[in-house]
Amino acid sequence: MVEFKIRRYDGEKSYWQSFEIPAKRGMTVLEALYYIKENYDSSLAFRASCRMGVCGSCAMKINDKPRLACETQVLMLGNAVKVEPLDNFRVIKDLITEFEGFFEKHKAVKPYLIRKDDVYAEPKELLQTPEELNEYYIFTLCIKCGACYSVCPAAATLDDYLGPAAMAAAYRFCADSRDEGQRERYRIVSSSNGVWRCHLAMECSEVCPKNVEPAKAVQLLRRKTAFSILKSLLGW
Amino acid sequence: MEYDIVIVGAGIAGMRAAIAAAEKSRKLSVALIAKTYPIRCHSVCAEGGTAAVLREGDSFELHAWDTVKGSDFLADQDAVEFFVRECPVEIIRLENWGCPWSRNEDGTIAQRPFGGHSFNRATYAKDRTGLHEVHTLYERMLMYDNIEIFPEYFITNLAIENGAVQGVSAIKLKTGDMEFFEAKAVIFATGGAGRLYGFTTYSHQVTGDGLAIAYRNGIPLKDMEFFQFHPTGLIPSGILMTEGCRGEGGYLLNRNGERFMKNYAPEKMEIAPRDVVSRAMWTEIIEGRGFEGEYGPYIALDLRHLGEEKIEERLPLIRDAAIKFAGVDPVEEPIPVKPVAHYTMGGIDTNMRCETAVKGFFAAGECACVSIHGANRLGANSTAECLVFGRVAGEVAAEYALNAKPGKISAEFRQKEEKRIFDDLLGKSGDESPYQIKKELNETMDKNMWIFREENGLKEAVRKIRELKDRYRNVEINDRSRGFNTDLTSTIEIGYMLDLAEVVAIGALKRQESRGAHYRLDYPKRDDENWLKHTLAYYTPEGPKFDYKPVTITKWKPVERKY
Repeated sequence: MVEFKIRRYDGEKSYWQSFEIPAKRGMTVLEALYYIKENYDSSLAFRASCRMGVCGSCAMKINDKPRLACETQVLMLGNAVKVEPLDNFRVIKDLITEFEGFFEKHKAVKPYLIRKDDVYAEPKELLQTPEELNEYYIFTLCIKCGACYSVCPAAATLDDYLGPAAMAAAYRFCADSRDEGQRERYRIVSSSNGVWRCHLAMECSEVCPKNVEPAKAVQLLRRKTAFSILKSLLGW
Repeated sequence: MEYDIVIVGAGIAGMRAAIAAAEKSRKLSVALIAKTYPIRCHSVCAEGGTAAVLREGDSFELHAWDTVKGSDFLADQDAVEFFVRECPVEIIRLENWGCPWSRNEDGTIAQRPFGGHSFNRATYAKDRTGLHEVHTLYERMLMYDNIEIFPEYFITNLAIENGAVQGVSAIKLKTGDMEFFEAKAVIFATGGAGRLYGFTTYSHQVTGDGLAIAYRNGIPLKDMEFFQFHPTGLIPSGILMTEGCRGEGGYLLNRNGERFMKNYAPEKMEIAPRDVVSRAMWTEIIEGRGFEGEYGPYIALDLRHLGEEKIEERLPLIRDAAIKFAGVDPVEEPIPVKPVAHYTMGGIDTNMRCETAVKGFFAAGECACVSIHGANRLGANSTAECLVFGRVAGEVAAEYALNAKPGKISAEFRQKEEKRIFDDLLGKSGDESPYQIKKELNETMDKNMWIFREENGLKEAVRKIRELKDRYRNVEINDRSRGFNTDLTSTIEIGYMLDLAEVVAIGALKRQESRGAHYRLDYPKRDDENWLKHTLAYYTPEGPKFDYKPVTITKWKPVERKY
């Protein structure tokens, strides 16, 4: 038996609740949450969908670290498991937090390919070598689970800070050989809520379940935007 | 809220439809409603590839023939011919929108072999094809001011008045309030019904909501007895191990270390279509040639000979998932797998223009049945279908909406729907747990409606499902709160699933032949004389009523299917 201690919130008050789970080898934290919901307390609210680490729904704080519940084995956590909603997000109910602002910030960096010759009706195949693909590929793996944002010290103190995930998205497109929108994005990420607010704590990269390294994206963006500002100052 | 077009479901088909409609006219207002955030949809779980004729040596004729043969001749051939011609442009569009397709050395888009395809035409982005397609569509969608996204709205009903669609009702999860979206046109792109089964590749959210809502509103469901079992579900979770594993050269081995596919499909071996491979694996297991494991017998998916470099390059997600969920590194050891419920071939009856029996109501993607998959879908044809028919649905709905009157949802409909959900369901007392009902449903599906079916098992399934439907009338929802009441939404989903399970079971019982994924031990042969026809199931309060309609055959007369 493993003891699960869950931080709950019903819209008014926050409290801890404990459950005994008959955990066996292979059981994930997500399966344990379903076990609780289906056998002990069906009011327990959490998000989940793919249960294979690609949809990004089930990031939560498990034993003090943000993780995907579906990818976390219960028995690797010892005899006691503590589950809480992500930090830096407003809690709506139990383990469910408000993601609207997070997705707004993602949208704000223009996370799409920008090209002058964008022809919807008659698209033409653009070439991209495997090397060019590798320049940005790792940053396409972000599933917007929010783990990075939840540990970001800048996001903790500055509400409108774009945050690591949005920055990784900005860099992903800037580094794509097919993209022509770098200038617009550099302007956005070098604004007062952008890359220069990052504390370089690097915790975002540490907790990312997909090894995206948003901290590296921020560093690279800093270099690029500094160069871009310099260029415009010198009128190049 | 009033919109020109309301799209329900934000997977590949729904988002592709939204973009197509928004492109058709920037004046059209489009609402995209989904019970999750768009990038949390089940389409992200697609792994191996998207089929399209891109290169010399391949042809539309060949892709169409492969698809028709794969379907065991139940696909409508006019629809298939249209479909294959539209696939390539969708691949290139996604490319132009930023999709990180895997590339050849010369920079062109790469393709890989896939089951049942006689040319390497599965276009892929490593083994995360669906993930990247979804993200690309989502990101592209952000560019359109006339698309408004409503994430985390749980749909409850379709408003149809005077023979035309008027809109939909949905619970806004955050507040728990019922909201009504009036629309000139409604597109369902709500996905399949895979969670009917216990051992499945499907995401938790895939509960057939759109299928059940359409069905309850009198729109027929087509060919629902055809459920696909993917050969390689990871044990014990059921997580998909892509067909790309075998496309890249992986072997299936029984306990004697034998590549047993040589006895079932000597030519195609491991990359025969899924129905053929799944039956072969299940036969090996039944006849005692499976490996014994702590979760029962299994088959080994062996990738070791591909080498670490190729596995990392082509199948990184598979390696990661096998390590995380089964404790097995495919570079070192074979992966334990067995067949797993994977795809709903049937769906809302539509024509090639995604139109249904109700004016202004369209369906696309897995929830629809055009039918291009017939009795067995080929791998890499589902994401392609979502792209092609998502686009068609968006365009046709846009044309319709440009000339239609605004939708109007009556006060009577609103009151009835609120009462149905909040008073009759949420407010009532009973002594049944919805989760216990779901568990028993899953067990019944896994036992009696699995790869090999026969009359007694199917009759038992029908009896059990009817019993569960009776018991469902007596469920009690413990959580009486409004905001994010997932106890309520889960209970509604289980109600949807019971209706759909009944259609699958009775449809399977009636179809006394074996075709594609539907295999009857008591009728082991395909019977074109009596059963070369589509099943249509109509809702009645007493259970489904069945009718049939002919298959469209243009070029290819049914012949024996060998691989």
